[in-house]
Amino acid sequence: MHVGTGASIAFWIMAVVAVVSASGVILLKDIFRAALLLVVSFLSIAGIFVTLNADFIAAVQVLIYAGAISILLIFAILLTRDVQEGNPSNRLKIPGMFMGAVLLTALIVVFVNTEWRLSTEAPLDSTTAALADLLFSNKFVLAFEIASVLLLAAMIGAVVLARGEDE
Amino acid sequence: MIELEYVLFLSAVLFSLGLFGVLARRNAVMILLAIELMLNAVNINLVAFTVYLSPDLLVGIIFAIFIITVAAAELALALAIVLRLYRTRSSVNVDEVNLMRW
Amino acid sequence: MHGDYFNDYTAVLIASVAGVVLVLTAFVGSLLLSPRARSALKDIPYECGIEPVGDQWSQMHFRYYPFAILFLIFDVEAVFLFPWAVVFLSPFLTSAIFYEMLIFIGILGFGLLYSWKKGVLDWR
Repeated sequence: MHVGTGASIAFWIMAVVAVVSASGVILLKDIFRAALLLVVSFLSIAGIFVTLNADFIAAVQVLIYAGAISILLIFAILLTRDVQEGNPSNRLKIPGMFMGAVLLTALIVVFVNTEWRLSTEAPLDSTTAALADLLFSNKFVLAFEIASVLLLAAMIGAVVLARGEDE
Repeated sequence: MIELEYVLFLSAVLFSLGLFGVLARRNAVMILLAIELMLNAVNINLVAFTVYLSPDLLVGIIFAIFIITVAAAELALALAIVLRLYRTRSSVNVDEVNLMRW
Repeated sequence: MHGDYFNDYTAVLIASVAGVVLVLTAFVGSLLLSPRARSALKDIPYECGIEPVGDQWSQMHFRYYPFAILFLIFDVEAVFLFPWAVVFLSPFLTSAIFYEMLIFIGILGFGLLYSWKKGVLDWR
């Protein structure tokens, strides 16, 4: 895949923003600020999808992650916040750091040593129509309908759990 | 020029950060935040593989859309459970939830 | 055609830069121009009136959470509606695509009906 220098620079800027804000999410003591940084991370990941010529998934990222999921998370933080408790880490901090480092090393070793058979074809300019053709064709239509059942189950379950027995 | 390896590196860093967050945090909402970060890293990987290895098939992007759908459903349920936990225990500290621990 | 792809996003770039510059100007401008006399009395929500009592972090009520869930679920539905609308009149697909989406919306509509019946949508 060939992209211009502008896209390359944009990719690196957004990659750095994504990693820095993700570290902030993990390391900050203040939960509310961590959630706001998570939104920044989501938005820069949407930008990375744009530089990868995947415009539809970038829009979905902004719509679902930056729009709805972050609202739900901030909602939960406002509902459960313990002002005194803050955001303590548990005794697994050192093993967790070790596990993260081991996983990162393993992943890097794997993808550096793999022979990627890169495609020479140019990516599509707009993916939305092609995605829809695939999504509503015989290949994925069952998965699409099952997704609605999953969402229905999640909606009813969450409503039941949220209401509880008090009303 | 963006190489495939750079994108994979970015996603590996984000995934490892998310793993560390899941392991090291005690607040249940923070654990969910870290899980969302990990799911995002997976989506970056799927999109990158689609774009670089088989741009004509687009199956990875379809998978990413379904992952986002499942993530939304999972988060709605998980947060409802966390809120219920907060109402009964007045805490979202996962270390204190040990009733079912063996 | 391929070279034009990122030109479409110039507008996005300009909008984000303009947004950042606007907010920064407002912050820096107020920092530079405004006179500052800080005191503990000035940091309370109302400078005149009843003295505030307790923590400033008021607990939101639990009952609003189902609305957030419904918003999230129907936001996900919108994600499937957009590509559907794009190919609705596409010659490659049959009219079955209409009924596919009808089933999808119908199944999700059942969840809305359930919440309605359970009184989640009542604003009290």
